[in-house]
Amino acid sequence: MRDLASRCLDLARALGAGYADVRVLRVRNEEVVVKNGKVEAMLVHEEEGFGVRALANGAWGFAGSHRLEPAEADRMTDLAVRIARASALVKRADVNLGPPVVSTGSYSTPVKIDPFGVSMEDRVHLLLEADAAMRQVQGITLAEGSLQCIRTDKLFASTEGSFVEQQLVETGAGLEATAVRDGEVQKRSYPNSFGRQQGTAGYEFVLDMKLVDNAPVIAEQAVQLLSAPQCPRDLVTTIILDPTQVALQVHESCGHPIELDRVMGTEAGYAGTSFLTLDKLRNFRYGSDVVNIAADATVPGGLGSFGYDDEGVPAQRVPIVQDGLFVNYLTSRETASVLGQRSNGTMRADGWNRIPLIRMTNVNLEPGPWSLQELIADTDEGIFAQTNKSWSIDDRRLNFQFGTEIAWEIKGGKLGTMYKNATYTGITPQFWGGCDAVCREWTVWGVPNCGKGEPMQVAHVGHGTAAARFRNVRVGVMG
Amino acid sequence: MIGEQKVRELTDDLRRYSTADQTEVVLVANESGLTRYANSAIHQNVLESNAEVRVRAVLGKKIGVATSNSLGPNALRQLVDRAIAVARRQPENPDFVSLPSPKPNQRLNACDDRTAGCTPEDRARAVGTVCSLALDRQLSAAGALQTGTREYAVANSLGAFGYDTQSTASLTAVVMSDTGSGYAERNSVFFNALEPEEVAREAIDKALRSRNPVDLPPGEYVTLLEEYAVAEMLLYLAYIGLGALAVQEGRSFMNGKFGRQIADPGISIWDDGWDPRGFPRSFDFEGVPKQRVDMISRGIANAVVYDSYTAFREGKESTGHGLPAPNPYGPMSINLFMGTGDATKEQMLASVDRGLWVTRFHYVNVVHPTQTILTGMTRDGTFLIEKGEIVGPVKNLRFTQSVLEALSAVRKIGKEARFAHSDESATVVPALLVDRFRFTGATQF
Repeated sequence: MRDLASRCLDLARALGAGYADVRVLRVRNEEVVVKNGKVEAMLVHEEEGFGVRALANGAWGFAGSHRLEPAEADRMTDLAVRIARASALVKRADVNLGPPVVSTGSYSTPVKIDPFGVSMEDRVHLLLEADAAMRQVQGITLAEGSLQCIRTDKLFASTEGSFVEQQLVETGAGLEATAVRDGEVQKRSYPNSFGRQQGTAGYEFVLDMKLVDNAPVIAEQAVQLLSAPQCPRDLVTTIILDPTQVALQVHESCGHPIELDRVMGTEAGYAGTSFLTLDKLRNFRYGSDVVNIAADATVPGGLGSFGYDDEGVPAQRVPIVQDGLFVNYLTSRETASVLGQRSNGTMRADGWNRIPLIRMTNVNLEPGPWSLQELIADTDEGIFAQTNKSWSIDDRRLNFQFGTEIAWEIKGGKLGTMYKNATYTGITPQFWGGCDAVCREWTVWGVPNCGKGEPMQVAHVGHGTAAARFRNVRVGVMG
Repeated sequence: MIGEQKVRELTDDLRRYSTADQTEVVLVANESGLTRYANSAIHQNVLESNAEVRVRAVLGKKIGVATSNSLGPNALRQLVDRAIAVARRQPENPDFVSLPSPKPNQRLNACDDRTAGCTPEDRARAVGTVCSLALDRQLSAAGALQTGTREYAVANSLGAFGYDTQSTASLTAVVMSDTGSGYAERNSVFFNALEPEEVAREAIDKALRSRNPVDLPPGEYVTLLEEYAVAEMLLYLAYIGLGALAVQEGRSFMNGKFGRQIADPGISIWDDGWDPRGFPRSFDFEGVPKQRVDMISRGIANAVVYDSYTAFREGKESTGHGLPAPNPYGPMSINLFMGTGDATKEQMLASVDRGLWVTRFHYVNVVHPTQTILTGMTRDGTFLIEKGEIVGPVKNLRFTQSVLEALSAVRKIGKEARFAHSDESATVVPALLVDRFRFTGATQF
């Protein structure tokens, strides 16, 4: 890997690139899916490749290949520089990366139990046991479980002298129980939707989930939901969101709009832009006084934790919202230089064949003083909504609408009737402005399906969150 | 391009290495360039060369899958060994019957040499045209131009073999003023069909007409949905219920509806991998020849697509809609078509007393799968119609709407179909005028 990286950088310099970097990756991904007592999928995926990013004539080019061979290294480097020169045919200003970044070092995800050391049989057994526990509940139509572990060995080197090696390990698992009756389909997930909860950790992360213990709970809820009343329609009320739904709320309405590339318009052709325009930096009330948000790539176990980003910038913790005030973006070297700042280390690529983009690390809502029990007891009337089912937000990240798998009425400080098909909608700053309480039971939730960029890149990011309460929210939009 | 001869040698080698009862090899190779632009300049410009081999090994009723993008002889042997080792380590799947048997199939060549040979400079020139035309009108352009080639090969130990080549070219443009935006896209097998001037003209025209939008209260409106919006709805409809697994698991809107009217009699929806208006494919990821499947015919629920696993369950033949193994998601329609009608957009517009014109949707998601309720935003050109004319742009709206209810309330269907969405799949649809479309929220832009 080292020789190939050096070869690419030497050739890029010789071809006149003003800057170049190269990433060489080897990835192993093992996945098991069980459904209704059967192994539905068992996959071992291995891939390798390298990507060369070059600046020439003040513009970017990138080329990547799966063939880790000297001749292919030369072809890709030549192409990267040629593509950069082609980009310069349609440029308006030269790229400025700001001061050089020279990082040397290594990083490995802390792992207690190597997930690849746990036999496939044991992984399958765990999922089948949980699957059986779900199917013991009468009325369950589908019981599903999945378990995934990913190991990525990554080398980054640049013409500025950076040389970084990392081994990142992710482990995740999850369950889904589905009940179907008379055209109604209800699903409950554990610990989170999107198939699983995932983190940068070892197999201990899966064992801590206690999948088998929790399997009957979600199965019973899925069946109960079939008979539950519809969430009241078009009601403006107080809503308490469970930590997993808060995580997605943070993801969509804070995590994406603070990406400085979006703010500067470079995602306008696809995902959109951001309402957090440059004039709002340190000058805009994003939420209420109890809202404190930080981006932290150093949180142990977080799915967005690493040692260095894909520009070689060390992982760091950055305040984003302080006491409700918007104070920082997620940045890259190129975008930070426009603000006269240094990158805060958020550039990550989805593999050897993609360029790094600004991606969320772990964008976390800081915990507050409440317990969930205290918060519900303090709420006269409202809705408690749990686990995301559906999500949508506009291209500036203002108008959102979410659906949750399950909800309960809150009346007189207690949970009452269970509701199905709960939805809520709002406008980002008004919604966070109505946040008056955050709980203290805090977990980093992995979001393994964050899409951005063209060609599409799927990032694995995290959100440390606790349950939180929001006032004056419109619920029950069903069309 | 690896070429058919080498691909055949490679898949033969893999099958020879295998000691499994049945073995399937899938190869997907691609070389693809994508030039992205924003703020009327190229800011990202990439090329990727990759080839992934996927081996499905069957031992009795145990199935293991391993994939790799390393094509050396040792790596391929190890790949087969890994797939067999994975199969050995798991319990039997009683539902599995067999890999598909070979079926006669026609050859398909959907690869255009001009597209395959497209250079970074070619892409830059086309993008430069869009940017220049936008800048001429004091507008800002963003989007992407992709060109590339793919080779697909599937071989199994029962004798099935298929090899397809395909070229793809796509150009998207979002053109923006300070207060509005417009959109256009073109997708084709042929780079020369992208028409960057036309794409720019369409997006610029919308952007200019979208300036200074006004508030409009949410509510139910007669709505003209342009092809981009219809394509988005159709993709979600296929995703949530037009595959056999969704029906077998009881979670499809088609359950209990076969043979019944579920949409306006003018609505027909089918999948056809051979139709040259999309991105043609002659076989699926199990090597089964693509069959045309008429899913909704004249508004009547008719059929869904099958892969071998779901077909064996019902004693049917696969329709050639399998995804790469292992596939817990079931068969999928990736070449979607909707039948045309007889109305021009001008005729649709003229027939509206008061309503909305929607160019496209953004960030659509499923709210209720069996009721086909989706939510999402309008984007890049939403206009108020009064007395048969567009009176001006309105701020973007959120919709929450059942697709089948909208397709049951169709007043007019466009006479021309457009290849309106491309993400390795194809969706070719007309514009629709629907009597009722429910908007449930508003924005300030």
